Formats: sequence, structure tokens, C-alpha cells
Amino acid sequence: MTNFTDTAQLESIYRSLYRIRRVEEKIIEVYPSDAIKSPVHLSIGQESVAVGVCSVLKPDDIAFGTYRGHALYLAKGGDLKRMIAELYGKRDGSAGGKAGSMHLIDIGVGVMGTSAIVATTVPQAVGYAFALKSRKSKSIVVSFFGEGAMDEGVSYESLNFAALRKLPILFICENNHYAIYSHVRDRMPEPNPCERAGVFKIPAQKIEHGDTFKIRAASEKAVDKIRAGGGPRFIECMTYRWRDHVGPEEDRRWKYRSDAELDEWIKRDEVARIGGMLGSDARRAIEREVDAEIAEAFAFAEKSSFPGPAELGTNVFHA
Amino acid sequence: MSSMRNSNRSLTYAQALYEATRQEMERDSGVFVFGLGVDDPKGMYGTTLDLHKLFGADRNFDTPLSEDAMTGVAIGAALAGMRPIHVHQRMDFLLLCLNQLINIAAKSSYMFNGAVSVPIVVRGIIGRSWGQGAQHSQALHSYFMHVPGIKVVAPATPHDAKGCLIAAIRDNNPVVFMEHRMLYGNAGIVPEEPFATPLGHARTLTAGDDVTIVAISHMVVEALRAKHLLEEVGIAAEVIDPVTLAPLDMDTIAASVERTGRILAVDNSWTMCGTSAEILAQLTERLQGKRQFRAARMGYAPVPCPTTKPLENLFYPNAKTIAQRAYSLVKGNGASWDPAVSEATEISEFKGPF
Repeated sequence: MTNFTDTAQLESIYRSLYRIRRVEEKIIEVYPSDAIKSPVHLSIGQESVAVGVCSVLKPDDIAFGTYRGHALYLAKGGDLKRMIAELYGKRDGSAGGKAGSMHLIDIGVGVMGTSAIVATTVPQAVGYAFALKSRKSKSIVVSFFGEGAMDEGVSYESLNFAALRKLPILFICENNHYAIYSHVRDRMPEPNPCERAGVFKIPAQKIEHGDTFKIRAASEKAVDKIRAGGGPRFIECMTYRWRDHVGPEEDRRWKYRSDAELDEWIKRDEVARIGGMLGSDARRAIEREVDAEIAEAFAFAEKSSFPGPAELGTNVFHA
Repeated sequence: MSSMRNSNRSLTYAQALYEATRQEMERDSGVFVFGLGVDDPKGMYGTTLDLHKLFGADRNFDTPLSEDAMTGVAIGAALAGMRPIHVHQRMDFLLLCLNQLINIAAKSSYMFNGAVSVPIVVRGIIGRSWGQGAQHSQALHSYFMHVPGIKVVAPATPHDAKGCLIAAIRDNNPVVFMEHRMLYGNAGIVPEEPFATPLGHARTLTAGDDVTIVAISHMVVEALRAKHLLEEVGIAAEVIDPVTLAPLDMDTIAASVERTGRILAVDNSWTMCGTSAEILAQLTERLQGKRQFRAARMGYAPVPCPTTKPLENLFYPNAKTIAQRAYSLVKGNGASWDPAVSEATEISEFKGPF
């Protein structure tokens, strides 16, 4: 990381990682006040997946994700003020306060609405990719899902159709090991998402340890192939959720996983590791800017008004 | 297409569906058709026949047996601005699509506050005659009527089949389009030029002051036959076809019942928690304290559909049983009458296999 371009990239990646981390830490801070009346599924510990992948996407590429979607929304360029206002249930939220944390959307930057039902956006991502291919678009689609989605039948139907039609789509399996408190080894005879993708002749690669640069490099290569008409690619990113499945709490007391396992992942923190690669002045400048932006976003959400009674009935149908 | 428009041109229900689809595909390159068998040599009873030869293999194509994911694919393509028509040769298969239709399609406009729309049409064909049995004869419209954000249409005539399908394709919302196998051969006058029948409007098919019969899908045809039988005993039935089930045009139905004081709701499905129950509940809310009325419902027998003909005959309402129920509504519950009537020709003449 010596030349200017690499430094700029490094700063951009750190900014994105730090921003997601700090937004969620601020959510944790605010949550006990009950100003956010929305179940939150925090990405803390998993930031590197969305950041690594999105760092190689173009603004008009499309991303579909899950209810654990804060990191993806922010990494893809989603509007921070509207996100926080949405968590606050306010009119200026990304969905006017009707959707909350689990259903963020910012179509202007290609973040399609996220879903609270595991694996449901996977076929939609495939359908979007079908439309892009039909229209000979240069854009691609990225479908983010957890390893839990690999338990759902619809994922295999989706992989099959994407491969059959050689669609421009990158599948990102964020393997954080747990579906709520159920470990992947208790759900799969062999935890092998890549091999499963391979059955459909979709080239697949596994990235260990949530390494941001390796995720970025693998994504870059995959995206190039997809844009060149090579059909779908699949990347499994090993990662780890530090907090509880839902809510802002730490969850060590539930003993469904070992402290040692969690601590090992915390020791590997990508935010700290990559922050440490920057000069202290550069790092502090980024952090100051991000902190100010976050403070502004929360103030914006506080000040925004709640939707009025008439908004209960709007947009059930599209005009 | 001929430049001379024939205003009295007759098409079958199936031909009307085909013409609507072809004309909309000509109009809008975003319209495409997919589903199991749509591009096979039978072309979904002719309704999608050879459309891929006219519009290309990406606009009328067969799919893997993946109803769940293919519904998601339709939604994703719609989010990208296309107008997919997803065809199911039997409506029963829509049960495999419920997660995508109800959790995503019906909710996206609201959940994302109008940022996206999901203009998809899901065609489901109800099977009947003969021997379709428990899993090839279900009409699931009430499942979808229950959920805000999804429209449900069930045309009974060739004219409405064309006009409603065009309206459904142009609609910016998910539309479940319910067809009936026994209507496919029925012919009627259908304009050649494309036209959209506005959704949400019931049709009053016959005027009468003695009893209102609201009938759905194929039951419209049986209710019209019942109306003729009732004429023989001096009873004038007003037959209403809601055409669109969600949104349901209760104004038309309530105005009729306010006049006749009698309602017989005949569904092409079960009565429990069904469309007929909804119609009666809304009538009660609207008319209580204002107009007394007598009410009855008919629908599938409360059992899974049997295949053997003698039992299948008992499973469905028909012109005779509808006429008899209307007769007892008008004359009082004790009254009975045994009109001479033969089985409907679309049923008696059906030769199978599907």
C-alpha cells in the first residue's frame, strides 16, 4: 500500500468499515432509550464482507440483501440519514417509517429492499439479473445471503436457474456460522456451500477469516468474469457476528457458543487491522468526518416527524 | 391483423387470452411469459402457443420445476422494470409460490413506501372434468383476497378474459389471474383491438327483482343457466359476476341486494372463510338496520375433490342445485322444486385427458 491509488483505496475501505461499525455502535448506545422501535440485526464483526464486495461494484450495479442489512446498505452507498430516520420510524426514513431496520432500501444506489424471510431475496436477485441480461445491460447483480439461506430449497432453485441462463450475478454467502443460535454443523452434514454451488457448475471460492482484501480481490475477479458474460460466480465469506442475533446486546450469557471462539474473531477485527495500516493523522481525519456525519444523521432522525394517520393507507397499491 | 375490424367477431376464452397476451407483447417489449410448458407444442391450451416464435425465446419460455424461485424471478424482473406473466397450468401449484407472492410481491409497494412496484401477472388455471381430483381442481382466490397489496381477477367470459388480462398486465401491482378449464372452450364476442377492462367493477349480467345471485368464475355460467330455469317458475334472478375479487365491487352487489332482499353467493371454491363469506359479511355490515335480507351460500362440498364422476358431480354446485337453492330462498326454506336439467355441455362433452 505505497502508491497514491492504493492509499486512496485503503482510506476508502477503512472509511466504509469504520462508518458501519460506528453507526451500529451508536445504535447500541441509543437503543435503551427506545427511540428505535425496530428489531435490529447488527453487522458488527461482519462489515468486511459488504465492504470488500461493494468496493468493486459500480453505482448502477444492483445488490439484494437480508434483514442483517445495515452493512450492505451503507457499503453500497445507501443514504445514512434516511436509514437512521427509518430505524426511528420517521417520515423521512428510507421507507417513510413503514419498514424499519429489516427492510432498508435505496434504489438510487442499487440497494434493493431487504427481507426478513431467509433466502427470499435470492430468486429476486436472479430475476433482476435475468432482466439485465435480456436488456443487454452492462450492470450486474450481487445477492448477499447468510449460510442459513443454504438450508432453504429456494436457494438451490435459484442457483440452478442462474447457471442455466448464465445470468450476470454474484452470489455472496456470508457464513457467520450461526442461524440464530444454531451452528451450521448442526444443520448441514457437511458445511460446504461452495461444493453445493459447484454442483450447478458455478465457480465458487471460499475466503477465510473475513479478510477484507481477499474478499475484495476475489470479488473483483468474479465481477470481471461476470461482466464479460461468464455467468454466475459464488463466493463464501467466512465471518462472525459479535453481538446477539437480534438486538444490541452481547450474548455470551446464553452459552450457545464459546467465549474462546468469539474472542478469536474479535482479535481478528478488520476495522482495527485496516485502521492500523493508515497513518494516525489520516485515520483520525476519517474518523472525525464519519463521527460528525453520524451525529448529524441521528440528529436528523430525532428531528424528523412521525408519519401522520393518513399515511397508514398509502402505497398499499402502486398507482 | 386485418384492417377491417369485425365488431361481431367471436373468440373462445382461450383464444381471447392468447390474443391479449400477443397484443401486449407487441405493445411492450418488457412483457414476457414463462412457466412450465408455455412453449411446448400444446402452448398452454393455445393461450401461449408459439409466442416464442413471434417474440423470441427470452419472451416465452419453459422453466425448471421451481415454482418458488420462479415467482421470485418474476418479482426480480418486475423490480427491474419488466412485466412478467407467470403461468401455472393448475392453480394448485400457486401454493408453492405463496412465500414470494404474499411476503414479497404483495408487500413491496407498501413496505418500501412506493419506491418500487411489482407488476407481475400470475395465471392459475382451475382444473375440472373429469377426474382432476384433490390437487388439480382447487381455486385459491380467497387465500390472496385476504392479503392487502395483491389483486385477484377471475373473468368468466371471453370478453373479460381479454380485457382483464390486458388490464392485469398493465397494472403496476401483482395480479393473480384465475382462469377455469371449463371456460376455455366457451365462445363470445371479443373486440379485435386491444382494450383494458378496468379492474374492480362487477358486471350485472341479468336484471331481476327476486333474488341476487353472485357467482364466481365457472359458476357464472351455471348461475346464468339457473336463472333460465328459475324463469320457468316465475322467479327473476339478478346474476352478478364480480369479475375482480380484490378489490371487490361491493357497491354493485349491495345495491342489488338492497332491492331484491335475497342473496345467494355461489363460489367456485369452498365456503369456509371464502369469498362467499366475505360477501355476506360485508352485506350484513352495510345493510343491517336498513334492509332485511335472506342469505345463502354455495360452493365446493367441504371435502377434498374426489375423482370418481358420481362423487365429483356432488362436489360442485350446478345449474340445478343453484336454481333449487335460489327457489327455496325466495319461496321459504321448506319449499322444494325439481327442475329438469341436463349436465352442462362443457362438462358432459369434455374428453380429457387434462
